[in-house]
Amino acid sequence: MKSAAKIPGTTPFDGEQAKIGYALNKMCFSFNSAENRSAFRADEEAYMRRYRLTAAQSAAIRSRNVLQLIAAGGNAYYLAKFAGIFGLDMQDIGAQQTGLSKEEFKARLLAAGK
Amino acid sequence: MAKLAGCIGTSHIPAIGGAIHKGLQQEPYWKPFFDGYLPVREWLGKVRPDVVVVFYNDHGLNFFLDKMPTFAVGAAAQYDNADEGWGIPTLPPFKGCVDLSWQIINTLVEQEFDVVTCQEMLVDHACTLPLKLLWPEGACPVTVVPVCINTVQFPLPKASRVYALGKAVGAAIAAWDSSKTVAVIGSGGLSHQLDGERAGHINKAFDLQFMDSLLTNPEWATQFSMHELVEKAGTQGVELLMWLAMRAALTTGEGAAVRKVHSNYHIPISNTATGLLALEKTD
Repeated sequence: MKSAAKIPGTTPFDGEQAKIGYALNKMCFSFNSAENRSAFRADEEAYMRRYRLTAAQSAAIRSRNVLQLIAAGGNAYYLAKFAGIFGLDMQDIGAQQTGLSKEEFKARLLAAGK
Repeated sequence: MAKLAGCIGTSHIPAIGGAIHKGLQQEPYWKPFFDGYLPVREWLGKVRPDVVVVFYNDHGLNFFLDKMPTFAVGAAAQYDNADEGWGIPTLPPFKGCVDLSWQIINTLVEQEFDVVTCQEMLVDHACTLPLKLLWPEGACPVTVVPVCINTVQFPLPKASRVYALGKAVGAAIAAWDSSKTVAVIGSGGLSHQLDGERAGHINKAFDLQFMDSLLTNPEWATQFSMHELVEKAGTQGVELLMWLAMRAALTTGEGAAVRKVHSNYHIPISNTATGLLALEKTD
């Protein structure tokens, strides 16, 4: 699998990513619970310590930067639960990762249907 | 023996749950998507399945990376939906069909698919939204057997393997000693990618070819490696595996003939190219 040419702008969530991202993804998985979402909001640093996030993962969480979160092993499905805490939708996340405004990102999606 | 009526492939974007809850079905953004379901509901009203087998992928509600099965089959009398963390309303529980669950599990293991079996299983939007789209009014009239296929953590099962799984599920349904009518749902896709600089990737030409292949040449997509499928359909577009399993289930029994009931394709809902395809088994 590693021999296949890398797909630009794409990080398949494989064993390597799953290994480095475990703590981060476990924290994000906990956000299925409203109680845990509240606990995170109340004290983000304490919550991250509880899940033993790495320095890179903690920095990525603080900056709300999706590409950094992916680089730190985050998986899209679990990260979406983190984004949900801030009321961000998939177009917000897409815009942030592609460096477009939300309107530009939505226009790109529309154009794909033409 | 049970009757296998047909199959329905559909997208399952979480935002659909919000739109249903807020009653936005006729808003300009949503209408081209929701209107696609009307002819399919009409058909379902005629064939009246008692049970549906739902091929879907969990998005981190029931399964986490601590234990991640490639194939998991529900064997519960009831399946609960729950808070998924991003604010879509939780739906009431769905009734299981335990008898068909074990018929499928026994057949799959006999055919060397060593599946995980779940007597408790939370089902997320990927399992619940297709049911809500197909039966929007009141309590869901069908019982369900959820079959979860891993699309979270690579390596994912190969397309050819998923096709073989679907075929075995079809054989299990065809051999089920029951007077019930069964339909199969494939929930996911079509092309989309949520993560990375390539977020927003959509591939209309590929999607349309894939949908067409399910009518004329159902094994077509099994020629592609997972890497190729990610490249073509996007990291989450690989959910087309659910459609492949669904379609393969109809290739068993007396004959393999199908007719198209209805299809719809609309871009975009959220970041996704949405597809809908209903096929009736005609033999």
